[in-house]
Amino acid sequence: MVQSLRAPDPGEVLAQVCREDWGRLLGHLIRRHGRPDLAEDALAEAIASAYGQWSAAGIPAVPPAWLSHVASRRVLDAIRHERTLAGKAHLLATADPAPAPAEAMPGADTDDRLPLLFMATHPALAPEIRPALALRFVLGVPTRDIAALFLVPEATMAARLTRAKKRLRTIGAAFAVPDPQRWPQRCDDVARAIYLAFTAGYAPRDGPEVVHVRATSEAVRLADLAADLMTDSPVLAALSALLTLHDARRDARTGADGALVRLADQDRTRWNHSQIRAGLARLTALTPTTGYAEELRLQALIAAFHASAATSADTDWVAIARTYARLEELTGSPVVRLNRAVAVAEVAGAMAGLDVLRAAADQLPGHHRVAAVRAELLRREGDRQGARAAYDEALTACPDGPERRHLQARRDSLETPGAGTR
Amino acid sequence: MKYLVLLIGDGEMAPWDSLTPEEQGAGMQKFEEFDAACRARAGVEILGGEALGSPDTATVMRTRGGQVALTEGPYAEALEGLGGFYLIESPDLDTLVDLLRVLPAFDMQIAPVIDPYA
Repeated sequence: MVQSLRAPDPGEVLAQVCREDWGRLLGHLIRRHGRPDLAEDALAEAIASAYGQWSAAGIPAVPPAWLSHVASRRVLDAIRHERTLAGKAHLLATADPAPAPAEAMPGADTDDRLPLLFMATHPALAPEIRPALALRFVLGVPTRDIAALFLVPEATMAARLTRAKKRLRTIGAAFAVPDPQRWPQRCDDVARAIYLAFTAGYAPRDGPEVVHVRATSEAVRLADLAADLMTDSPVLAALSALLTLHDARRDARTGADGALVRLADQDRTRWNHSQIRAGLARLTALTPTTGYAEELRLQALIAAFHASAATSADTDWVAIARTYARLEELTGSPVVRLNRAVAVAEVAGAMAGLDVLRAAADQLPGHHRVAAVRAELLRREGDRQGARAAYDEALTACPDGPERRHLQARRDSLETPGAGTR
Repeated sequence: MKYLVLLIGDGEMAPWDSLTPEEQGAGMQKFEEFDAACRARAGVEILGGEALGSPDTATVMRTRGGQVALTEGPYAEALEGLGGFYLIESPDLDTLVDLLRVLPAFDMQIAPVIDPYA
């Protein structure tokens, strides 16, 4: 065929190598040179120089090997530069720039992305930077996308990432799969970081939609990868199930005008059903457990009850209310109680839901979602005046953005003569 | 890498002086187990380590305007309960933290040693 004779485009090959091999390449560099503070910049520079060189001299036979070689040389250059600056140039002839190769550790024969994931979510790093570093290290998500995800300027995010990488280097964080004894705790840390990356992008908000959608799907991809790499970790499997099931509904969550669409009103044909099947497959392989893994499993279970209802009316609210009750027992979280109030209202009526809501309201004073749920439940009871007051309370507390506009629209529709109570 | 490990607080342990001889014996046993665990781990070596006198035996030395002044007691609050230290060679922080779990559950501060001439 004529098309197959077309020379491959260096840019396309490069993009594919970056997407598929970034984590392995970076992991290999850190394993080899032990310099998490230098390796990533070196790899980025190698990638930047590749396009020009491949265009001029042709695409190398094994593109990842070319990148690895060039990046490795750049790490050595950077180390040499450091020593020159320190006035230690005379030591270069004798000093071995690479540290002694580590002894064979558990996991030394596994995918280098796994120690990379554990390093990026190291407990000696502040929890806020771990999700950003995990996206950057393991998947190579561009810093500007990570910055957009966490709503900070690119320069700020770049500075935070640099500080974290330097800290990994100075404290001497291990590049290794932790001892199996530490897996439960370390896998929880990994799961929390990825979940944080996901929720940062999932919350409805204004701004460049495309960028944070892209970053959110990267978080889902990272959860998937983590679960595949650590097959014996219930917390990572539960996380992957949960995020996949949530992400499957992404397209249906916003209408053509960018407004939020409530779960009940979503066009279920726009849900990603192959994603739902994948999430369900992960979830059904899990058994009840304890701690954070169970928390995520129960959340995934609730997402699964929603995802497998053909229509909103088919939703198994009894099962959902029961699962929320178990989740509340496990976490004692008022936010879980808030959600349980909604489920209870579906099962036993708005008044029963309001009863459950009351205790959550005491624990979450001034939270706009408490008032928003109360407004919806009062509306269903036919108490328009009460609903109006609750919407107003919610609007006062809710920051600007799609969620606030949604609340405003709900309040306005209350005023429409003959408006239903739903 | 070399690390200085400061045993800076009792943490969840009762103060050493308040322990019964048996409890102190059990505590000492953990220090011996720690020594053994370090010896058994490749790349790890205890380069130094001592127990220190109680904070009221410490003296602070300050030089101000060329004059040396000595005062009682530790200077920094973090060192109020400094009971001992180790200087340890370890391939990385994670290995070290793993080994330190063997010690009685004191609060500790772990600082990497740097080469000021590098």
